[in-house]
Amino acid sequence: MDIRKFVVGCYDDEEVLFPAVKKVRKAGYKIHDVYTPYAVHGLDKALGLRETRIHTAGFIYGMVGLTTALSFISWILAIDWPLNIGGKPHFALPAWIPIMFELTVLFSAIGMTLTFCYLCQLAPFVKKHHFHPRATDDLFVMVIECTTKTNVQEAQNFLTGTGAKEVNVQLAETGWWLGTYDKDRKIFEVGKEAISA
Amino acid sequence: MSLIKYESFVREPLVDGEKNYHVVTEEIVHTIEAKPTRLWYIGFSIAVILLLLGIYAVYREVTYGITEWNLGRTVGWGWDITNFVWWVGIGHAGTLISAILLLFRQGWRTGVNRAAEAMTIFAVICAGQFPIWHMGRVWLAFFVMPYPNTRGPLWVNFNSPLLWDVFAISTYFTVSLLFWYTGLIPDLATIRDRARTKLRKMLYGIVSFGWSGSTKHWQRHESLALVLAGLSTPLVLSVHTIVSFDFATSVVPGWHTTIFPPYFVAGAIFSGFAMVQTLMVVTRRVMNLQDYITIGHIEAMNKVIVLTGSIVGCAYLTELFIAWYGANIYESDAFFKGRLTGPYSWAYWIMMTCNVAAPQLFWFKKLRRNIEFTFIMSIIVNIGMWFERFVIIVLSIFRDYLPSSWSMYYAASIYEVGFFMGSLGLFFTAYFLFSKYFPVIAIHEIKHVLKTSGESYKARMGKIESEDMEQFYHEIHEAEHH
Repeated sequence: MDIRKFVVGCYDDEEVLFPAVKKVRKAGYKIHDVYTPYAVHGLDKALGLRETRIHTAGFIYGMVGLTTALSFISWILAIDWPLNIGGKPHFALPAWIPIMFELTVLFSAIGMTLTFCYLCQLAPFVKKHHFHPRATDDLFVMVIECTTKTNVQEAQNFLTGTGAKEVNVQLAETGWWLGTYDKDRKIFEVGKEAISA
Repeated sequence: MSLIKYESFVREPLVDGEKNYHVVTEEIVHTIEAKPTRLWYIGFSIAVILLLLGIYAVYREVTYGITEWNLGRTVGWGWDITNFVWWVGIGHAGTLISAILLLFRQGWRTGVNRAAEAMTIFAVICAGQFPIWHMGRVWLAFFVMPYPNTRGPLWVNFNSPLLWDVFAISTYFTVSLLFWYTGLIPDLATIRDRARTKLRKMLYGIVSFGWSGSTKHWQRHESLALVLAGLSTPLVLSVHTIVSFDFATSVVPGWHTTIFPPYFVAGAIFSGFAMVQTLMVVTRRVMNLQDYITIGHIEAMNKVIVLTGSIVGCAYLTELFIAWYGANIYESDAFFKGRLTGPYSWAYWIMMTCNVAAPQLFWFKKLRRNIEFTFIMSIIVNIGMWFERFVIIVLSIFRDYLPSSWSMYYAASIYEVGFFMGSLGLFFTAYFLFSKYFPVIAIHEIKHVLKTSGESYKARMGKIESEDMEQFYHEIHEAEHH
């Protein structure tokens, strides 16, 4: 996990945020992420993120569930232990529809949720660096990743110019680690030298 | 360009009062951070006492066997299955509100979906108790799962509606839980980030899974919620359909009818919304959330109640008509001698009064928007729907084909009643804990609709709308000239 330098700008209104995102991208800054208290529609497009494909995964999981149910039930009732129920066919598909449907839904829901948690790195005891505590309350927090060429002061001024209410510079570890939120300790303690570097 | 999507100001605001995002967080999270009120302690204590009563009743049943219940040779399903179907029905409103109303783009669901989903989960937990403990030798309950065993392997019967039920209820519970919890994660993160005590920061940090609010994560979150809603919609309809198959696929007069699936689903939504009303009316007052669960929300749910109540009434009349028209003497006897008249006719008429007649009062707008009336009506509907299940189950089987197998009377034993009370205790214990430790209103969803449907924002919407229209008109005008 590496430590990088970020310029953080906090906006308090999504109507200011959208033009700001456009300006920042046009100016050539690399937006690391924008943290918002709720799902702001259209922000993903403004940031140039591609459409999520999690629903495709859901479809595949559902098909796996359907196949599992059909093959398992038909193997049990038609091959492993065929029962003669009033001379009716062993392969009694209509009677299996309820369970086939339920397993389709079950596999799809569980699979999608686990995929979602995996992709977003969500799990109990997972800890991440949060750039502003109010990002889950009422602030829209835009984080610009600094490269070697970035003039930090200029980037800060630029963000203020786009309407950011609060601007600061943070050194942060990207990714996640195991830990709880009551302890402030980070894995890598950062000295003052690192900030000036 | 205005980001605000046009939302007709003929519609009532979904969030009352002058609010911004921070105020929304503050007002909803407040009850979690404050000490519980005395009322909460009193309610919680009563619920726990009822739960303990239920545990004792179950202990008696497990130790001394099913004979602790007054089930007999003809009435083999009594209060237990009545309660099971009643609870499962109640458990339908949550997913209906969160899934079907999401797909139908009903904005008002945001105020009530979180609590209704929680209610669904607790109701399904309560429902599950009854068939499980009814098994008698409950330590063999795992026999219902298809697993390779040393008895053959002897598999479960996949053609049996009772097994479909096992799959339907457990799938429904799992999917509802996932849907509810993924919605909770961002709100739990909100509580984590504003927590002042270390313990709270740690606990909410653990349960919020490290949620950060990243745009990409929100995009996936929305997609997940939408697909889960799409999956839950047929699921919620399938669950009570399958519960109704428990009866409809049998050959018992009174059960053997094709109308059961839609009739059960409508009844489930009916009773579920009644329970949501019972809880919401109390919750909004005790927790001071009148701005979020408005009279408009209450009215919308009352409209659903009068609709589904009428569908249920229609089904009752259809049943009677078919019993007469079908010319099957067993069926017509089951309805005309076993229900409309006969030793249990009081149960039938309680059902008719509570479910069909009473909700018709909701055609009056004044009554739909009256909180006290709504509360009383929700209790009446819940009683009526309990009796509906009692009527369907006990009144169809208390007289078998041969008069020698007619049981004169089935009255629940103290342990059956205690078990039912215990399930109420379990339900309310869980709900009280939920209302104390979890946000009862979906904070992020309220923030999402705040600027389109909040009262203070809606007041300014007329102006924005006309501005946009002018611009639009102007553009057309210019295009014509060139």
